[in-house]
Amino acid sequence: MFDPKSLRFMKSHEWLRLEGDAGTVGISDHAQKEITDVVFVEPPKVGRVVKQGEACCVVESVKAAFDIYAPVSGEIVAANADVVKDPALVNGGPYDKGWLFKIKASSPAEASKLMDHAAYEQFLLAEAAHGSH
Amino acid sequence: MTTTTAPRRTALYQSHKLLGGKIVDFHGWELPVQFESILKEHGAVRGRCGLFDVSHMGQVFVTGSDALAFLQKVNANDISRIGPGKAVYSHLPNEKGGVVDDVIVSCLAKDRYLVVVNAATADKDFAWFKNHARGLDVSLENKSDFFGMVAVQGPKAAEVVMFLAPKALALPRFGAMELMLYGLPSFITRTGYTGEDGFEFIVPNEIVVRVWEDLLAQGRSLGAKPCGLGARDTLRLEAGYLLYGEDLDDEHSTCEANYGWVVKLDKGDFIGRDVLARQKKEGVRRRLTGVRLLERGVPRSGAAVLVEGREAGKLCSATYSPTLAAGIGVGYLDRPDLAAGTKAAVVLHGREVQAEIVKVPFYQSPHLKKGA
Repeated sequence: MFDPKSLRFMKSHEWLRLEGDAGTVGISDHAQKEITDVVFVEPPKVGRVVKQGEACCVVESVKAAFDIYAPVSGEIVAANADVVKDPALVNGGPYDKGWLFKIKASSPAEASKLMDHAAYEQFLLAEAAHGSH
Repeated sequence: MTTTTAPRRTALYQSHKLLGGKIVDFHGWELPVQFESILKEHGAVRGRCGLFDVSHMGQVFVTGSDALAFLQKVNANDISRIGPGKAVYSHLPNEKGGVVDDVIVSCLAKDRYLVVVNAATADKDFAWFKNHARGLDVSLENKSDFFGMVAVQGPKAAEVVMFLAPKALALPRFGAMELMLYGLPSFITRTGYTGEDGFEFIVPNEIVVRVWEDLLAQGRSLGAKPCGLGARDTLRLEAGYLLYGEDLDDEHSTCEANYGWVVKLDKGDFIGRDVLARQKKEGVRRRLTGVRLLERGVPRSGAAVLVEGREAGKLCSATYSPTLAAGIGVGYLDRPDLAAGTKAAVVLHGREVQAEIVKVPFYQSPHLKKGA
């Protein structure tokens, strides 16, 4: 399991773990709680090249579909086959077995635009205070 | 359609908040879409029991010497077949054969009936009733603001209601009774919207919270859960029940909705009879048809259904079926006589997902006898 404190986050609740140019992507614990009951995951095709912020994966609950955005630009190098077979893994281990895909970052510096864990927690508090839903 | 009126809350709003309910706007009502998880709530109803706040539903009382004649005129089903203590599911047709609303009519006495109507259509229905009651000795009372409603659904529903209302256990399926609860006149029907055994409590607003808490306290030890609108929708769709406004409206007829059994032509005249009689004899050009995905995916309302490579219609209700672990949906297809097993496809996120035509209901509870 990744330590959430070692991850970078998007406002749309994706997390990125970056080691050199090797990135792993999933959704945050907050996001999986909000979505609840993930019943379908369509990961991006391996080999696809995406830009930072591009929708490239779909996570669906009973009620709704959620687009997942690429946290950095790069090439998709792996998709998690386990979450396709057992989508509940996203709920059970969002920072662990519930990861969605791996990306080879073309410009890893883009990650600096993302929030660190402390900033993400502040962002969640601010969102809750605004009563957004 | 947009509405500018402030959202309404049922008497159970605070109870839902305390139980962690996630509140959404449903046709102008603030109601919980889920408490813990739609899948868990769905599973509780299929396996044990679930409690639903359905206080948004409306109640219209019809009384007078012409009560039956009036109800026969506005209903497609034969209200004369239910005597005191029985209820029946019915449609209110318009002159074109379209449907004003789908309702449950309970006979309380031979000159006194209770009609439970949908929330979003309650005012429309009442205006429709008043218009068609002219010249008849019938009194109409819209008591929707006075009553709340709690549904207890699932194979253990009878055990859950046993302590609060032991007499309700004697009700047959589609039985209806009037009784005092906490000293106030109330009603219980053995009906529901889940495809399981169950009871619906129609009680004055001032005791809804006590009824809900009593049932929940009794139910918890039997594995019952409070359930939201999310599970209500997945349960009703699996059971093949219609959602007015999605699957049924003023433009689609009872026969087109594949509910021809509701239309009783031998009962005499009623609004829309000519159109419905012709549709029963000559068939329909479009029919509400069940579709089940053969691949992974979650179909949504609005998704196109392809048959032999051509779009035959769009889904009007669709979801992931927790019981079948597959995507299911219904839509009006312009191929009204498709056999179960016919290959089809549903377009999801721009991709054609393999599917097949299936018989509705998608699921029949082993706890409930067929046809009950």
